[in-house]
Amino acid sequence: MNVLQNVGIGSAINRVDGLQKVTGRARYAAEHPVPGLLHGVIVSGAIPKGRIVTLEDSEARAVPGVVEVLSHKNRPHVAWFDRSHKDMVAPPGSPFKALYDDKILFSGQPIALVIAESFEVARYAASLVRASYEVEPHNTDFHKAQAERFMPSKKRDTYHPPKNRGDADAAFAAAPVKVSAEYHLATEHHNPMEMHASTVVWEGDGSLTVFDKTQGPQNVRDYLAGVFGMSASTIRVMNPFVGGAFGSGLRPQYQVYLAVMAARMLQRSVRVVMTRQQMFTHGHRPEALQSVQLGAERDGTMTAIRNSATTSTSRYENNMEDVVIWGMMNYACENAAGEYAIAPVDTATSTDMRAPGAATGMTFFEMAVDELAYAAGIDPLEFRLKNYSETDQMNGTPFTSKALREAYAEGAEAFGWSRRSQAPRSMKEGRELVGWGVATGMWDAMFSKTSASARLSANGHLEVASAASDIGTGTYTVMTQAAADTLGLPVEQIAVRLGDSSLPKAPVEGGSWMAASVGAAVQLACRSVAEKLLSAAAKMQNSPLAGASMEAVRFSGGRIALRDDPARGVAITEVMRASGTDVIAVEETASAGISGMISQMRKSRNTHSAIFVEVRVDEELGVVRVTRVVNAVAAGRIINPKTARSQILGGVVMGISMALHEESMTDHRYGRFMNHNYAEYHVPVNADIHDIQVIFVDEPDPEVTPLGVKGLGEIGIVGTAAAVANAIFHATGKRVRALPITIDKLVDDTVAP
Amino acid sequence: MNRFSFTRANSVPEAVRAGGGADTRFLAGGTNLIDLMKENVERPSALVDINRVGLAGIEERPGGGLRLGALVSNADTAYDRRVAERYPLLACAILAGASPQLRNAATNGGNLNQRTRCYYFYDTATPCNKRNPGTGCGAIGGVNRIHAILGASPSCIATNPSDMCVALAALNATVRVTGPDGEREIAFADYHRLPGDAPQHDNTLRTGELVTAIDLPDEDFSAHHTYLKLRDRLSYAFALVSVAVALRMEGDRIAEARIALGGVAHKPWRVPAAEQALAGQPASAENFDRAAELLLRGAQGQGHNDFKIGLARRAIRRALRQAAAGTPQSQTDKRIA
Repeated sequence: MNVLQNVGIGSAINRVDGLQKVTGRARYAAEHPVPGLLHGVIVSGAIPKGRIVTLEDSEARAVPGVVEVLSHKNRPHVAWFDRSHKDMVAPPGSPFKALYDDKILFSGQPIALVIAESFEVARYAASLVRASYEVEPHNTDFHKAQAERFMPSKKRDTYHPPKNRGDADAAFAAAPVKVSAEYHLATEHHNPMEMHASTVVWEGDGSLTVFDKTQGPQNVRDYLAGVFGMSASTIRVMNPFVGGAFGSGLRPQYQVYLAVMAARMLQRSVRVVMTRQQMFTHGHRPEALQSVQLGAERDGTMTAIRNSATTSTSRYENNMEDVVIWGMMNYACENAAGEYAIAPVDTATSTDMRAPGAATGMTFFEMAVDELAYAAGIDPLEFRLKNYSETDQMNGTPFTSKALREAYAEGAEAFGWSRRSQAPRSMKEGRELVGWGVATGMWDAMFSKTSASARLSANGHLEVASAASDIGTGTYTVMTQAAADTLGLPVEQIAVRLGDSSLPKAPVEGGSWMAASVGAAVQLACRSVAEKLLSAAAKMQNSPLAGASMEAVRFSGGRIALRDDPARGVAITEVMRASGTDVIAVEETASAGISGMISQMRKSRNTHSAIFVEVRVDEELGVVRVTRVVNAVAAGRIINPKTARSQILGGVVMGISMALHEESMTDHRYGRFMNHNYAEYHVPVNADIHDIQVIFVDEPDPEVTPLGVKGLGEIGIVGTAAAVANAIFHATGKRVRALPITIDKLVDDTVAP
Repeated sequence: MNRFSFTRANSVPEAVRAGGGADTRFLAGGTNLIDLMKENVERPSALVDINRVGLAGIEERPGGGLRLGALVSNADTAYDRRVAERYPLLACAILAGASPQLRNAATNGGNLNQRTRCYYFYDTATPCNKRNPGTGCGAIGGVNRIHAILGASPSCIATNPSDMCVALAALNATVRVTGPDGEREIAFADYHRLPGDAPQHDNTLRTGELVTAIDLPDEDFSAHHTYLKLRDRLSYAFALVSVAVALRMEGDRIAEARIALGGVAHKPWRVPAAEQALAGQPASAENFDRAAELLLRGAQGQGHNDFKIGLARRAIRRALRQAAAGTPQSQTDKRIA
């Protein structure tokens, strides 16, 4: 058996944590048993803006079993300065501090925490807390907020301003073929299955173990240390399993702050779990307005791009996204201008949600490209190929790789695009109008400095560890495969530890960088183990490996053997025994290095995709079915085709969701999201999802990251909603420019075709 | 959670004796009541568990027709062979609602008494006359795309969320109840009520009355029926508009028509004039349009739900076509027939 082929990088092994998950042995943040645990229930505020005048908690305190009611009136000390409340991915501004004072910044803001000996008592007592408010004028209407549109002087670290080229205004004015359209995206909430939850274990000596729903245990640890003035060494944050997050767990949420505050005050262990309704009181994908003007020659050559967008933020922090750059990078067009700003509303701060910026901005750009292709009378795929760019047009740099052309070709072939007829409403079957749409997806291929340790025991068991997170993405499996690949050990002999702030340093799980980054770190650590093993093996008596270099040997099936003569080798356990070694333990850090940093300046690094969608729309009733999707992805080297496919499937489903379902509906009188539950905030169910085919096109790219891996967490959603919307146009002749495309927009005869 | 007493009744008389208080609630499947208690919307002082009182069978009625026990689960009702063969409209409507897990737990009596899914009813930080009489209606002037277009009042624009009840309305079912004053029967059309100025009352049950059964008359609409439900996703969502149609055809002509609408009013919506207009008429597009017009006479949007009027008109037309053609809407293949 060749271990390398079966479990290493590139093999479709099952998720190594799958059994734990399906048998319920995987424990999530609210599931860790702790003796003597107290339960905190959050009381949410009712108004969007103003201040708390009275907070009546005597009735709650009178309930037997209630231990404390925390509010701004009696909370213990927290840090004064904003900088102490900033987490490592916080946008510029003044972070929200729960129970800090009497000010109300958004509807549903936590105003008290009721702590009791049982969850039931805490919940009941929380219903007895009464607040009265002094209400101040507020605005949650994003269209009205356009009047306050602005560009903050201090930008978010991750923000990339658009770089203009040529003279887009003149080119647009002169273009013989042009389109100009306004697009709107409704606010979306991440709505992972698992609610935000924290179980804080009071360790007696003042130190804390915190089981938290987060995408970054070290981010939460450092945040808590700052807020409560603790030494980071006295806080251990654990998130071994996370029930989805999609970005909602990048920043520490207020339940962990409240739970730690209560635990320290009461010197007891405390658990706080948000309700589903409270999941609508923190980060969300910002509402967006985007205006796209495109011009072309009559032959379809793009001549002008004007791309402008606004996204929503709160009054207290300035969240920004890269919305307008994607189309400017992707297409060959001599004149391009981008413009972006934010507008504040009285809600919690918007936050990153799967492919932040691109999911919004590339989707709308790709809807506009479809409109331009139709204006020019050219097949939308042909139009994209005609304006294809091998280089990053906005930054004027080459890509480390861009196999988008291959993705278009393989996707179109699998989908049968050549059988499409161009005219809208031309592919009817029975009562259903059939529509085929195409769009392009694009995301960053990022790499983030990450450390990992490896520990090989005498019995041949290996443990690799990093403070990375697995939010359902497959990090456990990826780390296992990177280790198996390097040391040639079977999966059963490899244990992965992650989701623990005490492990070697890792970034938050976000941006699709985790597989590339932690994979490289594990590989480095395991390579270091391998070197030590080889050195020990070479010293064995009559060693067949004496004098052999790392390049001359191969680690496979638990052995080290000569590449040229695999019969000559020794078992790893034998090397350990012979050298009297109990343990080989190393820690290594993978970073871009000098050459990587130079490459990052000189080349663009991106994933690309081509999405083909078939919809069937009941002509009379406006009922949409997405019957086929082909998503062809160019994402460098694929570590595990099975978990990789899962990532894309999830992204596609979320893209369909964005196109047809997701919308947090606000009552602007109350400044409040109203459909705050799973019954009324719609995501697709099985009946809505049909055939989805995922293709990974060949894209060798040794330069992009150490393993040649680009990451897959986000690319699956980018552009998918555009392909659905474009297919709906092809089916119905209607351009619906506000997502989600709900049934009312398709049966409403006032929506102009 | 509010404090409440919990008693378990072992017979219907025992349940009725225990259930007399205004703040007492009978607990059956609990799929709606328990949710509402968790959300602090329902705050009963007493729960009476009726799961052991019997009422768990489906029986032939002496004069023909079926009697559905109040505690038979929605799933067992839909998959009962007699129901599926003789009252397929009812089976279809049940299967159009909720999810398999919920239908396994939810009971027939509970389905009749489920509360509206109006956002404001569920959110205790907002006004709602149904939840707290006299506080006003948050949905009027608010987020109301799921709300009523027919029979609403200035106090309430909530809709009844049930699918099953839309079919029961079309089938002229009778609700059997037992209360402190004995047994009585309520025609299905009289069971649910319009909100008027007392939207806190969804139905005409008197304090302490318990639904014991639903009687289905001995009528056969199995050849020409449909339950067409339009919603924001293809399963597991409440109806924006639904249409239950039962026709008796004589050749190409409609001998008798029953049409009930769901998702549009505080109760399943029937208009006798619309049904009479179809009687004796050919199954034609013009006649279907005429019926739709009569059904929707007086319909009024609230802003976000204006589209429901046009959508309902289209849905009525389609449902009548499906029923007349004998091609009922499938509840497993979600493609609209």
